Amino acid sequence: MDERAPSEAVIEIENLVAHYGDRQILNGVSLTVEKGEIMVIMGGSGSGKSTLLRHLLGLKKPTSGSIRLLGKDITKISKKEIYQLRRDMGVAFQGGALFGSMTVGENVQLPLREHTKLDEKTMQIMARMKLEVMNLAGFEDLMPSELSGGMVKRAALARAVIMDPKLLFFDEPSAGLDPVVSAELDELILRLRNAMNMTIVVVTHELESAFKIADRITMLDLGNILITDTVENVRNSDIERVQNMLNRRPREVDVDTEAYLRRLTGQKH
Amino acid sequence: MESNVSTEGPFTVIALAGEVDLYYSPKAREQILSYLNKQKNVLVDLSKVAYIDSSGVASLVEGYQLARSKKLQFGLVGVSQPALQVLQLARLDKVFPIHGSVAELIDNK
Repeated sequence: MDERAPSEAVIEIENLVAHYGDRQILNGVSLTVEKGEIMVIMGGSGSGKSTLLRHLLGLKKPTSGSIRLLGKDITKISKKEIYQLRRDMGVAFQGGALFGSMTVGENVQLPLREHTKLDEKTMQIMARMKLEVMNLAGFEDLMPSELSGGMVKRAALARAVIMDPKLLFFDEPSAGLDPVVSAELDELILRLRNAMNMTIVVVTHELESAFKIADRITMLDLGNILITDTVENVRNSDIERVQNMLNRRPREVDVDTEAYLRRLTGQKH
Repeated sequence: MESNVSTEGPFTVIALAGEVDLYYSPKAREQILSYLNKQKNVLVDLSKVAYIDSSGVASLVEGYQLARSKKLQFGLVGVSQPALQVLQLARLDKVFPIHGSVAELIDNK
């Protein structure tokens, strides 16, 4: 049973359609994420999960549909309002996206310098506290190039949560990490949610990690949502494509002979 | 949000209330540091705090550090559940002297 407080949606996506050029990537995606919920977005390459994330971050304008974050429709608000909204949002990018010319500590403090006028000492203590939480105590003066892959991810996570965001996006936390380090990151995500009641969206293709941290999972396939449900219901789903993904079965490609031959021979129609 | 300051025995009690966030914590910080700079023993009452963010906690850390360097007493009282969770996240619940209430602290002296 769901024991959370009555619903308070932090993310409301309605009928989101997105294109890259002529190619339609998202075919009318609708998804709601509640306050304090950990939603894991899964899907293989080309499923549209990265595109969905880019739209959630306001980096892309959709073809149609709406995206409400913390009550604001980001497809309609001004750049200034998006800037203000970003104070309440944290993002940890897949590659870490730390600035190579700054120390770890400076990287973590960056959002504070951009968005606040806090005292220098307060900012330093805040950054060190987050590094402590991420088990990176004492690494603040190192350069990102001196860190391991797992440390870079944790430093990026420290920066993403330095402002204590209401909403955290985490792109592929486990990509390229060994299982132990990846499990540690999962643990950190759970601790952040439990202590701060943060709403967290994690994009991943790692099943084990998704099952461990998710309250609900949404699975994307070819630009459509296959299922959005609890971990248990996703596991037990009788939708074939869901089970294929869980069991890592390759998808069967329908071959349209005519179209295939046209593509190979370069004929337009 | 205004902090409420009172004197109880040897302590200056600064009671924070509401949401101690990026806007409120610079004021709270200034207040805590100014009493310590006046050589006062400071207790920060968190019983009416609904939310405290990292900037608020950082201000408490700075206060505690200053108190130690001046050999003054510093502690937290009536730490509310939301505040405690944030302290626990950074393991600071094991660092700060935490007391149930001001009365309890004075009685035990």
